[in-house]
Amino acid sequence: MLTEKHITGFCSINNGIVAKNGPIIFEQQSDLSGLLLAAYQHLQLAYPKFYKMDNLSKLGWLAAEFLLKDTFHKDTYQPEDTGVILTNANSSLDDDVKYWDSIKDVASPSLFVYTLPNIVIGEICIRNHFKGEQAFYIQPEFDTQFIAQQVDYLLDKNIIQACICGWVDVFEQDYKAILFLVEKEKTATSVVFSAEKMSEIFNKK
Amino acid sequence: MSNINEVNEPEVFVVADNILSPLGKTTAENFAKLRENISGVKQHTDLAISPLPFFASLFDKDEQFVKADEHNYTKFEQLLIASIADALNGSGVDVRDKKTVLIISSTKGNISLLEDEAITDELKERISLSTSAKLVAEHFGFQKQPIVVSNACISGVLGVVTATRLLCSNQYENAVVAGADVISKFIMSGFQSFQALSAGPCKPFDKDHDGLNLGEGAGTIILSTNHKYAQNIKVKGGSVSNDANHISGPSRTGQELANAIKNALQEANFAPTDIDFISAHGTATVYNDEMEANAIAISGLQKAPVNSLKGFYGHTLGAAGLIESIISIQSLKQALIIPTIGFTEAADPEKVNICAAPIRLKANNFLKTASGFGGCNAAVIFGK
Repeated sequence: MLTEKHITGFCSINNGIVAKNGPIIFEQQSDLSGLLLAAYQHLQLAYPKFYKMDNLSKLGWLAAEFLLKDTFHKDTYQPEDTGVILTNANSSLDDDVKYWDSIKDVASPSLFVYTLPNIVIGEICIRNHFKGEQAFYIQPEFDTQFIAQQVDYLLDKNIIQACICGWVDVFEQDYKAILFLVEKEKTATSVVFSAEKMSEIFNKK
Repeated sequence: MSNINEVNEPEVFVVADNILSPLGKTTAENFAKLRENISGVKQHTDLAISPLPFFASLFDKDEQFVKADEHNYTKFEQLLIASIADALNGSGVDVRDKKTVLIISSTKGNISLLEDEAITDELKERISLSTSAKLVAEHFGFQKQPIVVSNACISGVLGVVTATRLLCSNQYENAVVAGADVISKFIMSGFQSFQALSAGPCKPFDKDHDGLNLGEGAGTIILSTNHKYAQNIKVKGGSVSNDANHISGPSRTGQELANAIKNALQEANFAPTDIDFISAHGTATVYNDEMEANAIAISGLQKAPVNSLKGFYGHTLGAAGLIESIISIQSLKQALIIPTIGFTEAADPEKVNICAAPIRLKANNFLKTASGFGGCNAAVIFGK
Protein backbone atom coordinates (compact mmCIF):
# COMPACT_ATOMS: atom_id res chain seq x y z
CA MET A 1 0.00 0.00 0.00
CA LEU A 2 1.33 3.42 -0.88
CA THR A 3 1.30 5.82 2.02
CA GLU A 4 1.38 9.58 1.97
CA LYS A 5 4.84 10.81 2.86
CA HIS A 6 5.93 14.32 3.62
CA ILE A 7 9.19 16.16 4.09
CA THR A 8 8.37 17.74 7.45
CA GLY A 9 11.77 19.36 7.78
CA PHE A 10 15.15 19.70 6.12
CA CYS A 11 18.46 21.01 7.33
CA SER A 12 21.60 21.90 5.44
CA ILE A 13 25.14 22.71 6.52
CA ASN A 14 27.10 24.12 3.62
CA ASN A 15 29.38 27.09 2.85
CA GLY A 16 29.53 28.12 6.52
CA ILE A 17 25.76 28.28 6.81
CA VAL A 18 23.35 26.16 8.83
CA ALA A 19 19.83 26.49 7.45
CA LYS A 20 16.60 24.81 8.46
CA ASN A 21 13.57 24.61 6.20
CA GLY A 22 15.15 27.41 4.15
CA PRO A 23 16.02 30.26 6.55
CA ILE A 24 19.57 30.62 7.89
CA ILE A 25 19.80 29.80 11.58
CA PHE A 26 23.54 30.03 12.07
CA GLU A 27 26.46 31.32 10.06
CA GLN A 28 30.20 31.41 10.56
CA GLN A 29 32.87 31.69 7.92
CA SER A 30 35.83 29.72 9.25
CA ASP A 31 37.55 26.42 8.64
CA LEU A 32 35.40 23.32 9.01
CA SER A 33 36.51 22.43 12.54
CA GLY A 34 35.78 25.98 13.66
CA LEU A 35 32.36 25.93 12.05
CA LEU A 36 31.43 22.57 13.59
CA LEU A 37 32.50 23.70 17.07
CA ALA A 38 30.68 27.04 16.78
CA ALA A 39 27.53 25.35 15.52
CA TYR A 40 27.69 22.91 18.43
CA GLN A 41 28.11 25.78 20.89
CA HIS A 42 25.18 27.58 19.30
CA LEU A 43 22.99 24.66 20.39
CA GLN A 44 24.02 25.16 24.03
CA LEU A 45 24.10 21.46 24.81
CA ALA A 46 26.18 19.37 27.15
CA TYR A 47 27.00 16.35 25.01
CA PRO A 48 30.67 15.50 25.61
CA LYS A 49 30.59 12.67 23.02
CA PHE A 50 30.53 15.38 20.36
CA TYR A 51 34.19 16.24 20.97
CA LYS A 52 35.29 12.66 20.29
CA MET A 53 33.64 12.47 16.88
CA ASP A 54 35.41 12.83 13.55
CA ASN A 55 34.30 15.63 11.24
CA LEU A 56 31.91 13.41 9.26
CA SER A 57 30.07 12.38 12.40
CA LYS A 58 30.10 15.92 13.78
CA LEU A 59 28.65 17.26 10.54
CA GLY A 60 25.90 14.65 10.28
CA TRP A 61 25.13 14.71 13.99
CA LEU A 62 24.81 18.53 13.99
CA ALA A 63 22.60 18.50 10.89
CA ALA A 64 20.32 15.96 12.62
CA GLU A 65 20.35 18.01 15.80
CA PHE A 66 19.25 21.20 14.02
CA LEU A 67 16.77 19.24 11.90
CA LEU A 68 14.99 17.70 14.89
CA LYS A 69 15.30 20.55 17.39
CA ASP A 70 11.94 21.92 18.57
CA THR A 71 9.97 20.43 15.66
CA PHE A 72 10.36 16.64 15.90
CA HIS A 73 7.79 15.01 18.14
CA LYS A 74 9.86 12.14 19.41
CA ASP A 75 7.11 10.93 21.76
CA THR A 76 4.93 10.11 18.76
CA TYR A 77 7.26 7.27 17.88
CA GLN A 78 8.74 4.12 19.38
CA PRO A 79 12.55 3.82 19.08
CA GLU A 80 12.08 1.16 16.34
CA ASP A 81 9.84 3.49 14.32
CA THR A 82 12.56 5.85 13.09
CA GLY A 83 15.14 4.93 10.46
CA VAL A 84 18.25 6.64 9.10
CA ILE A 85 19.38 6.24 5.47
CA LEU A 86 22.46 8.23 4.50
CA THR A 87 24.80 8.49 1.55
CA ASN A 88 27.97 10.28 0.46
CA ALA A 89 30.81 10.24 -2.07
CA ASN A 90 33.90 10.15 0.11
CA SER A 91 32.94 7.46 2.61
CA SER A 92 35.11 8.04 5.71
CA LEU A 93 38.20 9.07 3.72
CA ASP A 94 38.67 12.26 5.77
CA ASP A 95 39.16 10.18 8.91
CA ASP A 96 40.93 7.34 7.03
CA VAL A 97 43.78 9.74 6.18
CA LYS A 98 43.98 10.92 9.80
CA TYR A 99 43.95 7.36 11.12
CA TRP A 100 46.69 6.32 8.68
CA ASP A 101 48.82 9.28 9.79
CA SER A 102 48.34 8.22 13.42
CA ILE A 103 49.73 4.75 12.89
CA LYS A 104 53.19 6.11 12.14
CA ASP A 105 53.25 6.76 15.87
CA VAL A 106 50.69 4.56 17.67
CA ALA A 107 47.54 3.37 15.92
CA SER A 108 44.63 5.20 17.52
CA PRO A 109 41.52 3.10 18.21
CA SER A 110 39.49 6.28 18.65
CA LEU A 111 40.38 7.35 15.09
CA PHE A 112 40.02 3.80 13.70
CA VAL A 113 36.40 3.46 14.80
CA TYR A 114 35.48 6.42 12.60
CA THR A 115 37.02 4.81 9.49
CA LEU A 116 33.54 3.56 8.59
CA PRO A 117 30.97 5.90 7.03
CA ASN A 118 28.01 4.43 8.92
CA ILE A 119 29.39 5.54 12.30
CA VAL A 120 27.63 8.87 11.78
CA ILE A 121 24.36 6.93 11.69
CA GLY A 122 25.34 5.28 14.98
CA GLU A 123 26.00 8.71 16.54
CA ILE A 124 22.62 10.06 15.40
CA CYS A 125 20.87 6.90 16.67
CA ILE A 126 22.60 7.04 20.06
CA ARG A 127 21.69 10.69 20.55
CA ASN A 128 18.04 10.24 19.56
CA HIS A 129 17.48 6.66 20.62
CA PHE A 130 16.57 5.59 17.08
CA LYS A 131 16.59 1.81 16.70
CA GLY A 132 14.89 1.31 13.35
CA GLU A 133 16.20 0.49 9.88
CA GLN A 134 19.45 2.08 8.79
CA ALA A 135 21.78 1.97 5.81
CA PHE A 136 24.79 3.82 4.40
CA TYR A 137 25.39 3.92 0.64
CA ILE A 138 28.29 5.39 -1.33
CA GLN A 139 27.35 7.35 -4.46
CA PRO A 140 29.35 9.69 -6.73
CA GLU A 141 26.50 12.20 -6.43
CA PHE A 142 23.35 12.33 -4.30
CA ASP A 143 21.07 9.81 -6.03
CA THR A 144 17.72 11.07 -4.82
CA GLN A 145 15.81 8.50 -6.92
CA PHE A 146 17.50 5.60 -5.18
CA ILE A 147 17.19 7.11 -1.70
CA ALA A 148 13.52 7.92 -2.29
CA GLN A 149 12.92 4.30 -3.37
CA GLN A 150 14.47 3.03 -0.14
CA VAL A 151 12.51 5.41 2.07
CA ASP A 152 9.26 4.78 0.17
CA TYR A 153 9.66 1.03 0.63
CA LEU A 154 10.28 1.26 4.36
CA LEU A 155 7.39 3.65 5.04
CA ASP A 156 4.93 2.07 2.59
CA LYS A 157 5.49 -1.35 4.16
CA ASN A 158 5.11 0.10 7.65
CA ILE A 159 8.60 -1.13 8.54
CA ILE A 160 9.26 2.34 9.97
CA GLN A 161 7.05 5.40 10.49
CA ALA A 162 9.62 8.18 10.09
CA CYS A 163 12.97 8.42 8.35
CA ILE A 164 15.93 10.76 8.31
CA CYS A 165 17.60 10.56 4.93
CA GLY A 166 20.13 12.55 3.03
CA TRP A 167 23.70 13.36 2.13
CA VAL A 168 26.60 13.89 4.56
CA ASP A 169 30.01 14.26 2.94
CA VAL A 170 33.35 15.56 4.19
CA PHE A 171 36.83 15.58 2.80
CA GLU A 172 39.27 18.04 4.34
CA GLN A 173 37.65 21.48 3.90
CA ASP A 174 35.02 20.31 1.40
CA TYR A 175 31.78 19.43 3.10
CA LYS A 176 28.06 19.37 2.58
CA ALA A 177 25.23 17.95 4.63
CA ILE A 178 21.54 17.96 3.77
CA LEU A 179 19.17 15.88 5.84
CA PHE A 180 15.44 15.40 5.31
CA LEU A 181 12.89 14.29 7.88
CA VAL A 182 10.21 12.21 6.21
CA GLU A 183 6.96 11.46 8.07
CA LYS A 184 3.49 10.23 7.21
CA GLU A 185 1.53 13.12 8.75
CA LYS A 186 1.68 16.44 6.96
CA THR A 187 2.32 19.67 8.82
CA ALA A 188 1.60 23.34 8.06
CA THR A 189 4.98 23.71 6.35
CA SER A 190 5.60 20.23 4.97
CA VAL A 191 5.96 19.34 1.30
CA VAL A 192 5.15 16.04 -0.37
CA PHE A 193 8.16 13.69 -0.28
CA SER A 194 9.70 12.85 -3.64
CA ALA A 195 13.08 12.40 -5.29
CA GLU A 196 12.44 15.55 -7.32
CA LYS A 197 11.73 17.61 -4.20
CA MET A 198 14.92 16.34 -2.52
CA SER A 199 16.92 17.21 -5.67
CA GLU A 200 15.39 20.67 -5.83
CA ILE A 201 16.25 21.40 -2.18
CA PHE A 202 19.70 19.79 -2.47
CA ASN A 203 20.65 21.79 -5.55
CA LYS A 204 19.51 25.09 -4.03
CA LYS A 205 21.93 24.76 -1.12
CA MET B 1 9.67 -11.44 1.10
CA SER B 2 6.13 -12.56 0.52
CA ASN B 3 3.35 -10.96 2.44
CA ILE B 4 -0.12 -12.47 2.42
CA ASN B 5 -1.70 -9.05 2.25
CA GLU B 6 0.12 -8.09 -0.90
CA VAL B 7 -0.27 -10.80 -3.46
CA ASN B 8 1.44 -8.71 -6.13
CA GLU B 9 4.79 -8.69 -4.43
CA PRO B 10 7.11 -11.07 -6.26
CA GLU B 11 9.20 -13.77 -4.64
CA VAL B 12 12.98 -13.45 -4.80
CA PHE B 13 14.98 -16.50 -5.90
CA VAL B 14 18.66 -17.31 -5.57
CA VAL B 15 19.91 -17.87 -9.12
CA ALA B 16 23.60 -18.60 -8.59
CA ASP B 17 26.49 -17.81 -6.29
CA ASN B 18 30.24 -17.84 -5.88
CA ILE B 19 32.76 -17.82 -3.06
CA LEU B 20 36.32 -16.79 -3.86
CA SER B 21 38.48 -17.36 -0.80
CA PRO B 22 41.86 -18.81 0.14
CA LEU B 23 40.00 -22.14 0.37
CA GLY B 24 38.82 -22.15 -3.23
CA LYS B 25 37.60 -20.27 -6.28
CA THR B 26 34.04 -21.62 -6.45
CA THR B 27 31.22 -22.33 -4.02
CA ALA B 28 31.71 -26.07 -4.61
CA GLU B 29 35.43 -25.93 -3.86
CA ASN B 30 34.76 -23.95 -0.69
CA PHE B 31 32.02 -26.24 0.56
CA ALA B 32 34.20 -29.29 -0.11
CA LYS B 33 36.96 -27.81 2.08
CA LEU B 34 34.51 -27.06 4.88
CA ARG B 35 33.16 -30.62 4.73
CA GLU B 36 36.72 -31.81 5.29
CA ASN B 37 37.06 -29.38 8.20
CA ILE B 38 39.86 -27.48 6.47
CA SER B 39 40.32 -23.86 7.57
CA GLY B 40 41.91 -21.00 5.68
CA VAL B 41 43.16 -19.43 8.91
CA LYS B 42 46.93 -19.79 9.34
CA GLN B 43 49.74 -18.00 11.07
CA HIS B 44 51.35 -15.39 8.83
CA THR B 45 54.50 -13.37 9.12
CA ASP B 46 54.26 -10.34 6.86
CA LEU B 47 55.87 -7.11 7.93
CA ALA B 48 53.92 -5.21 5.28
CA ILE B 49 50.76 -6.00 7.25
CA SER B 50 51.89 -6.38 10.85
CA PRO B 51 55.10 -6.06 12.87
CA LEU B 52 54.17 -9.27 14.71
CA PRO B 53 53.05 -12.66 13.40
CA PHE B 54 49.25 -13.02 13.21
CA PHE B 55 46.52 -15.53 12.39
CA ALA B 56 44.34 -14.75 9.37
CA SER B 57 42.90 -16.30 6.23
CA LEU B 58 44.76 -14.63 3.36
CA PHE B 59 45.34 -15.21 -0.33
CA ASP B 60 48.88 -15.94 -1.50
CA LYS B 61 50.71 -12.68 -1.76
CA ASP B 62 51.11 -12.41 -5.53
CA GLU B 63 48.02 -14.31 -6.55
CA GLN B 64 46.28 -12.90 -9.64
CA PHE B 65 42.54 -13.33 -9.88
CA VAL B 66 41.91 -12.10 -13.41
CA LYS B 67 44.07 -12.30 -16.51
CA ALA B 68 46.44 -9.37 -16.90
CA ASP B 69 44.79 -6.57 -18.85
CA GLU B 70 45.08 -2.88 -19.57
CA HIS B 71 42.81 -1.80 -16.74
CA ASN B 72 45.19 -2.20 -13.80
CA TYR B 73 42.41 -3.50 -11.59
CA THR B 74 43.36 -3.52 -7.92
CA LYS B 75 43.23 -6.73 -5.89
CA PHE B 76 39.86 -5.63 -4.49
CA GLU B 77 38.42 -5.13 -7.97
CA GLN B 78 39.98 -8.39 -9.24
CA LEU B 79 38.29 -10.31 -6.42
CA LEU B 80 34.93 -8.79 -7.30
CA ILE B 81 35.36 -9.43 -11.02
CA ALA B 82 36.49 -13.03 -10.58
CA SER B 83 33.70 -13.80 -8.12
CA ILE B 84 30.97 -12.18 -10.24
CA ALA B 85 32.25 -13.83 -13.44
CA ASP B 86 32.03 -17.29 -11.89
CA ALA B 87 28.56 -16.65 -10.44
CA LEU B 88 27.25 -15.33 -13.77
CA ASN B 89 28.70 -18.24 -15.74
CA GLY B 90 25.75 -20.30 -16.95
CA SER B 91 23.27 -18.42 -14.75
CA GLY B 92 21.15 -17.21 -17.65
CA VAL B 93 21.11 -13.67 -16.20
CA ASP B 94 21.78 -10.91 -18.74
CA VAL B 95 23.86 -8.16 -17.12
CA ARG B 96 23.26 -5.88 -20.13
CA ASP B 97 19.56 -5.93 -19.43
CA LYS B 98 18.40 -2.66 -17.82
CA LYS B 99 16.41 -4.79 -15.40
CA THR B 100 19.65 -6.12 -13.87
CA VAL B 101 21.36 -4.16 -11.08
CA LEU B 102 24.83 -4.56 -9.58
CA ILE B 103 25.25 -4.09 -5.83
CA ILE B 104 28.73 -3.95 -4.28
CA SER B 105 29.31 -4.42 -0.54
CA SER B 106 32.60 -3.47 1.08
CA THR B 107 33.89 -1.84 4.22
CA LYS B 108 37.24 -0.49 3.01
CA GLY B 109 37.62 -1.41 -0.68
CA ASN B 110 40.86 0.07 -2.03
CA ILE B 111 41.99 1.67 1.24
CA SER B 112 45.41 -0.02 0.99
CA LEU B 113 46.30 2.48 -1.76
CA LEU B 114 46.48 5.11 0.98
CA GLU B 115 49.39 3.23 2.53
CA ASP B 116 51.86 3.93 -0.25
CA GLU B 117 51.39 7.54 -1.25
CA ALA B 118 50.18 10.91 -0.05
CA ILE B 119 46.57 11.77 -0.77
CA THR B 120 45.93 13.68 -4.01
CA ASP B 121 42.72 14.30 -5.96
CA GLU B 122 43.69 11.48 -8.28
CA LEU B 123 44.30 9.01 -5.44
CA LYS B 124 41.08 10.10 -3.73
CA GLU B 125 39.19 9.23 -6.90
CA ARG B 126 41.01 5.89 -7.24
CA ILE B 127 40.24 4.87 -3.64
CA SER B 128 36.55 5.75 -3.93
CA LEU B 129 34.23 2.75 -3.76
CA SER B 130 32.19 4.35 -6.55
CA THR B 131 35.22 4.16 -8.86
CA SER B 132 35.68 0.44 -8.18
CA ALA B 133 31.97 -0.22 -8.62
CA LYS B 134 32.01 1.66 -11.95
CA LEU B 135 35.05 -0.31 -13.20
CA VAL B 136 33.43 -3.61 -12.26
CA ALA B 137 30.11 -2.59 -13.83
CA GLU B 138 31.87 -1.55 -17.05
CA HIS B 139 33.86 -4.77 -17.14
CA PHE B 140 30.64 -6.78 -17.37
CA GLY B 141 28.51 -4.22 -19.21
CA PHE B 142 25.90 -3.45 -16.55
CA GLN B 143 23.70 -0.63 -17.84
CA LYS B 144 22.56 1.00 -14.62
CA GLN B 145 24.73 2.82 -12.10
CA PRO B 146 25.83 0.26 -9.48
CA ILE B 147 24.73 0.58 -5.86
CA VAL B 148 27.46 0.56 -3.20
CA VAL B 149 26.72 -0.52 0.37
CA SER B 150 29.30 0.42 3.01
CA ASN B 151 27.85 -0.26 6.41
CA ALA B 152 30.61 -1.92 8.47
CA CYS B 153 30.28 -5.66 9.05
CA ILE B 154 26.63 -5.89 7.99
CA SER B 155 27.51 -4.66 4.47
CA GLY B 156 27.10 -8.12 2.88
CA VAL B 157 23.75 -8.90 4.50
CA LEU B 158 22.57 -5.33 3.88
CA GLY B 159 23.48 -5.82 0.20
CA VAL B 160 21.15 -8.83 0.06
CA VAL B 161 18.39 -6.95 1.93
CA THR B 162 18.73 -3.91 -0.36
CA ALA B 163 18.64 -6.13 -3.47
CA THR B 164 15.60 -8.04 -2.22
CA ARG B 165 13.69 -4.81 -1.59
CA LEU B 166 14.56 -3.42 -5.04
CA LEU B 167 13.34 -6.67 -6.61
CA CYS B 168 10.22 -6.90 -4.42
CA SER B 169 9.20 -3.38 -5.42
CA ASN B 170 9.72 -4.28 -9.11
CA GLN B 171 12.53 -1.76 -9.64
CA TYR B 172 14.62 -4.53 -11.17
CA GLU B 173 14.22 -8.17 -12.15
CA ASN B 174 17.74 -9.36 -11.35
CA ALA B 175 20.36 -8.27 -8.82
CA VAL B 176 24.01 -9.29 -8.70
CA VAL B 177 25.21 -8.72 -5.12
CA ALA B 178 28.98 -8.96 -4.67
CA GLY B 179 31.09 -8.21 -1.62
CA ALA B 180 34.83 -8.16 -0.99
CA ASP B 181 37.49 -6.81 1.32
CA VAL B 182 41.28 -7.03 1.27
CA ILE B 183 43.36 -7.20 4.44
CA SER B 184 46.21 -4.71 4.56
CA LYS B 185 48.09 -2.90 7.30
CA PHE B 186 45.38 -0.24 7.54
CA ILE B 187 42.73 -2.74 8.64
CA MET B 188 45.06 -5.05 10.59
CA SER B 189 46.53 -2.19 12.65
CA GLY B 190 43.06 -0.91 13.47
CA PHE B 191 41.83 -4.22 14.82
CA GLN B 192 45.13 -4.58 16.70
CA SER B 193 44.64 -1.14 18.23
CA PHE B 194 41.23 -2.30 19.44
CA GLN B 195 42.82 -5.45 20.88
CA ALA B 196 40.10 -7.31 19.03
CA LEU B 197 42.36 -9.98 17.50
CA SER B 198 42.95 -13.44 18.93
CA ALA B 199 46.57 -14.54 19.36
CA GLY B 200 45.64 -17.91 17.81
CA PRO B 201 42.85 -19.37 15.66
CA CYS B 202 39.57 -17.82 16.80
CA LYS B 203 37.09 -19.73 18.99
CA PRO B 204 33.56 -18.48 18.26
CA PHE B 205 31.04 -18.88 21.13
CA ASP B 206 33.59 -20.92 23.11
CA LYS B 207 34.09 -20.19 26.80
CA ASP B 208 37.70 -19.29 25.91
CA HIS B 209 36.86 -16.99 22.99
CA ASP B 210 39.35 -14.17 23.02
CA GLY B 211 39.08 -12.26 19.75
CA LEU B 212 38.72 -12.54 16.02
CA ASN B 213 40.89 -13.42 13.02
CA LEU B 214 40.68 -11.34 9.87
CA GLY B 215 40.15 -12.88 6.45
CA GLU B 216 40.12 -12.01 2.77
CA GLY B 217 37.55 -13.10 0.29
CA ALA B 218 34.73 -12.26 -2.06
CA GLY B 219 31.22 -13.59 -2.40
CA THR B 220 28.51 -13.10 -5.01
CA ILE B 221 24.82 -13.95 -4.85
CA ILE B 222 22.60 -13.45 -7.91
CA LEU B 223 18.92 -12.89 -7.12
CA SER B 224 15.94 -12.77 -9.47
CA THR B 225 12.18 -12.56 -9.48
CA ASN B 226 12.01 -14.44 -12.81
CA HIS B 227 9.81 -17.50 -12.42
CA LYS B 228 12.17 -19.70 -14.37
CA TYR B 229 14.09 -19.89 -11.05
CA ALA B 230 10.96 -20.67 -9.00
CA GLN B 231 12.33 -24.04 -7.86
CA ASN B 232 15.38 -22.37 -6.31
CA ILE B 233 16.00 -21.27 -2.74
CA LYS B 234 14.32 -17.96 -1.89
CA VAL B 235 15.04 -14.90 0.21
CA LYS B 236 12.16 -15.02 2.68
CA GLY B 237 12.70 -11.92 4.76
CA GLY B 238 15.24 -9.40 5.95
CA SER B 239 15.58 -6.58 8.45
CA VAL B 240 18.11 -4.08 9.81
CA SER B 241 18.30 -2.31 13.16
CA ASN B 242 20.52 -0.06 15.24
CA ASP B 243 21.49 -0.52 18.90
CA ALA B 244 21.53 3.21 19.70
CA ASN B 245 24.00 2.27 22.41
CA HIS B 246 27.69 2.54 21.49
CA ILE B 247 29.66 3.05 18.27
CA SER B 248 32.30 0.39 18.94
CA GLY B 249 30.59 -2.02 21.34
CA PRO B 250 27.43 -4.03 20.79
CA SER B 251 24.20 -3.77 22.74
CA ARG B 252 24.40 -5.16 26.26
CA THR B 253 21.06 -6.91 25.87
CA GLY B 254 20.94 -8.09 22.25
CA GLN B 255 17.39 -6.74 22.07
CA GLU B 256 18.03 -4.75 18.88
CA LEU B 257 19.44 -7.72 16.92
CA ALA B 258 16.48 -9.67 18.30
CA ASN B 259 14.19 -6.98 16.86
CA ALA B 260 15.77 -7.43 13.44
CA ILE B 261 15.32 -11.22 13.73
CA LYS B 262 11.69 -10.73 14.76
CA ASN B 263 11.00 -8.47 11.79
CA ALA B 264 12.68 -10.87 9.37
CA LEU B 265 10.58 -13.75 10.76
CA GLN B 266 7.45 -11.65 10.42
CA GLU B 267 8.26 -10.80 6.82
CA ALA B 268 8.71 -14.51 6.09
CA ASN B 269 5.46 -15.31 7.92
CA PHE B 270 7.53 -17.64 10.09
CA ALA B 271 7.49 -18.76 13.70
CA PRO B 272 10.88 -19.28 15.37
CA THR B 273 10.38 -23.05 14.97
CA ASP B 274 10.51 -22.61 11.19
CA ILE B 275 14.20 -21.73 11.46
CA ASP B 276 16.19 -24.96 11.10
CA PHE B 277 19.59 -23.44 11.77
CA ILE B 278 21.35 -20.13 12.24
CA SER B 279 24.50 -18.86 10.57
CA ALA B 280 25.63 -16.38 13.20
CA HIS B 281 28.06 -13.50 12.88
CA GLY B 282 30.12 -15.21 15.63
CA THR B 283 33.27 -13.13 15.44
CA ALA B 284 34.69 -14.78 18.61
CA THR B 285 35.05 -11.51 20.46
CA VAL B 286 33.48 -11.84 23.92
CA TYR B 287 31.23 -8.81 23.38
CA ASN B 288 29.85 -9.93 20.02
CA ASP B 289 29.27 -13.55 20.98
CA GLU B 290 27.49 -12.62 24.24
CA MET B 291 25.25 -10.11 22.49
CA GLU B 292 24.38 -12.57 19.75
CA ALA B 293 23.66 -15.37 22.25
CA ASN B 294 21.31 -12.98 24.06
CA ALA B 295 19.56 -12.01 20.83
CA ILE B 296 19.13 -15.65 19.77
CA ALA B 297 17.69 -16.54 23.19
CA ILE B 298 15.33 -13.52 23.21
CA SER B 299 14.12 -14.64 19.77
CA GLY B 300 13.12 -18.06 21.07
CA LEU B 301 15.81 -19.76 18.98
CA GLN B 302 17.81 -21.40 21.80
CA LYS B 303 17.29 -24.86 20.33
CA ALA B 304 18.23 -24.07 16.74
CA PRO B 305 21.72 -25.28 15.76
CA VAL B 306 24.03 -22.26 15.35
CA ASN B 307 27.30 -22.10 13.51
CA SER B 308 29.90 -19.43 13.01
CA LEU B 309 32.14 -19.83 9.97
CA LYS B 310 34.74 -17.32 11.20
CA GLY B 311 37.03 -20.21 12.17
CA PHE B 312 37.22 -21.23 8.49
CA TYR B 313 37.38 -17.81 6.83
CA GLY B 314 38.28 -15.31 9.53
CA HIS B 315 36.20 -12.15 9.48
CA THR B 316 35.92 -11.24 5.81
CA LEU B 317 34.22 -7.91 6.64
CA GLY B 318 32.11 -6.73 3.66
CA ALA B 319 32.13 -10.23 2.15
CA ALA B 320 31.26 -12.09 5.37
CA GLY B 321 27.47 -11.91 5.11
CA LEU B 322 27.59 -13.15 1.53
CA ILE B 323 30.16 -15.95 1.98
CA GLU B 324 28.40 -17.24 5.10
CA SER B 325 24.96 -17.09 3.44
CA ILE B 326 26.27 -18.99 0.41
CA ILE B 327 27.73 -21.79 2.57
CA SER B 328 24.41 -22.00 4.39
CA ILE B 329 22.53 -22.19 1.07
CA GLN B 330 24.75 -25.18 0.27
CA SER B 331 23.81 -26.62 3.67
CA LEU B 332 20.14 -26.47 2.61
CA LYS B 333 20.95 -28.12 -0.73
CA GLN B 334 23.21 -30.82 0.68
CA ALA B 335 21.42 -31.38 4.00
CA LEU B 336 24.64 -30.81 5.93
CA ILE B 337 25.20 -28.11 8.53
CA ILE B 338 28.85 -27.10 8.86
CA PRO B 339 30.21 -27.08 12.41
CA THR B 340 31.84 -24.18 14.24
CA ILE B 341 35.55 -24.85 13.94
CA GLY B 342 37.43 -23.64 17.03
CA PHE B 343 34.48 -24.25 19.33
CA THR B 344 34.60 -26.87 22.09
CA GLU B 345 32.70 -25.72 25.18
CA ALA B 346 29.92 -23.15 25.16
CA ALA B 347 30.28 -19.76 26.81
CA ASP B 348 26.46 -19.46 26.97
CA PRO B 349 25.08 -23.04 26.80
CA GLU B 350 21.58 -22.13 27.98
CA LYS B 351 21.19 -19.42 25.32
CA VAL B 352 22.59 -20.96 22.14
CA ASN B 353 22.97 -24.44 20.70
CA ILE B 354 26.35 -24.20 19.02
CA CYS B 355 27.00 -26.73 16.33
CA ALA B 356 30.29 -28.44 17.22
CA ALA B 357 30.15 -31.34 14.76
CA PRO B 358 28.62 -31.66 11.26
CA ILE B 359 24.86 -32.21 11.39
CA ARG B 360 23.01 -34.19 8.73
CA LEU B 361 19.69 -32.38 8.57
CA LYS B 362 17.13 -31.84 5.85
CA ALA B 363 16.74 -28.16 6.61
CA ASN B 364 14.24 -25.91 4.87
CA ASN B 365 15.15 -22.48 6.18
CA PHE B 366 18.03 -20.71 7.85
CA LEU B 367 18.63 -17.36 9.49
CA LYS B 368 21.79 -15.34 8.81
CA THR B 369 22.74 -12.60 11.25
CA ALA B 370 25.39 -9.89 11.26
CA SER B 371 26.34 -6.99 13.49
CA GLY B 372 28.95 -4.28 13.28
CA PHE B 373 30.52 -1.06 14.45
CA GLY B 374 28.10 1.82 14.59
CA GLY B 375 25.66 -0.44 16.45
CA CYS B 376 24.22 -1.96 13.26
CA ASN B 377 22.48 -5.35 13.09
CA ALA B 378 21.01 -7.28 10.18
CA ALA B 379 19.06 -10.50 9.77
CA VAL B 380 18.07 -12.32 6.60
CA ILE B 381 16.19 -15.59 6.11
CA PHE B 382 16.74 -17.92 3.16
CA GLY B 383 14.57 -20.96 2.56
CA LYS B 384 13.12 -23.52 0.18
